[in-house]
Amino acid sequence: MAPNQVDSQYYLLLAAALFCIGMFGVLVRRNALVVFMSIELMLNAANLTFLAAARDRMDSNGHLAALFVIAVAAAEAAIGLAIIIALFRNRGTVNVEDIRTMKY
Amino acid sequence: MNHLGPPGTVFYLLAFATAFSAILVIVVRNPINSAMALVATFLFLAAIYAQLLAHTIAILQVLVYAGAIMVLFLFVIMLLSLTQDAEVTPRLSIHQVVGGATAVALVVGLVLGRWHEAGGARAKETLARFGTLEQVGGLLYTRWLLPFEAVSLLLLVAMVGAVVVAKPRI
Repeated sequence: MAPNQVDSQYYLLLAAALFCIGMFGVLVRRNALVVFMSIELMLNAANLTFLAAARDRMDSNGHLAALFVIAVAAAEAAIGLAIIIALFRNRGTVNVEDIRTMKY
Repeated sequence: MNHLGPPGTVFYLLAFATAFSAILVIVVRNPINSAMALVATFLFLAAIYAQLLAHTIAILQVLVYAGAIMVLFLFVIMLLSLTQDAEVTPRLSIHQVVGGATAVALVVGLVLGRWHEAGGARAKETLARFGTLEQVGGLLYTRWLLPFEAVSLLLLVAMVGAVVVAKPRI
């Protein structure tokens, strides 16, 4: 076996750190684009836990879960960025604190 | 064989590079720099996925995330020309304080929760084929065929929806 077989606990800790960095970005940053990037970070942290669990159990179904997360993230990025473009066109800002109403 | 030990230099290098670039994503002011740091994060994560024997997902990570999704981000950043939107006034609102404290509390809780648990070392002998395109593709087109088709439909709907939402008028 390759010598790089690290206990999955460390991967889970890294995933926890990544998720919380992403959560921090979502909750603190005001630029909608950066908020969106932080969501991508959180999705990647979830993927990391899937892959660590898959390696732990030697079960490739975890890889499929990560694959579907990636596919759904692609769809989410397309829709979300389109919404940001539409917001910017209508409001002239992507600052999430300036966007307080759904409609006006 | 099959011993899962404490992490070595490679893991620490990759983990710290990942965490550092992830922090860069949320602390730099210019969204372009955020996007570039995010690309770096995705590439380091792809290396970590390869360390986890998930070679197929590592390649997909580079292709889809670092490639397609980030190109989309960069296009949008350039389209929006966000020069006037720099967050010049770093005033802290109550939402930001509460949200940041919640995120810090979550990371403390997660780390404390994981720290004392022993990792399960249940590696079996299927290592040679594990995570290869052959195995993942085989599962994808047999057991996960219906979700695969559903995801393709989802991507089609997302594509149409993105066009409809982003157009000024249909």
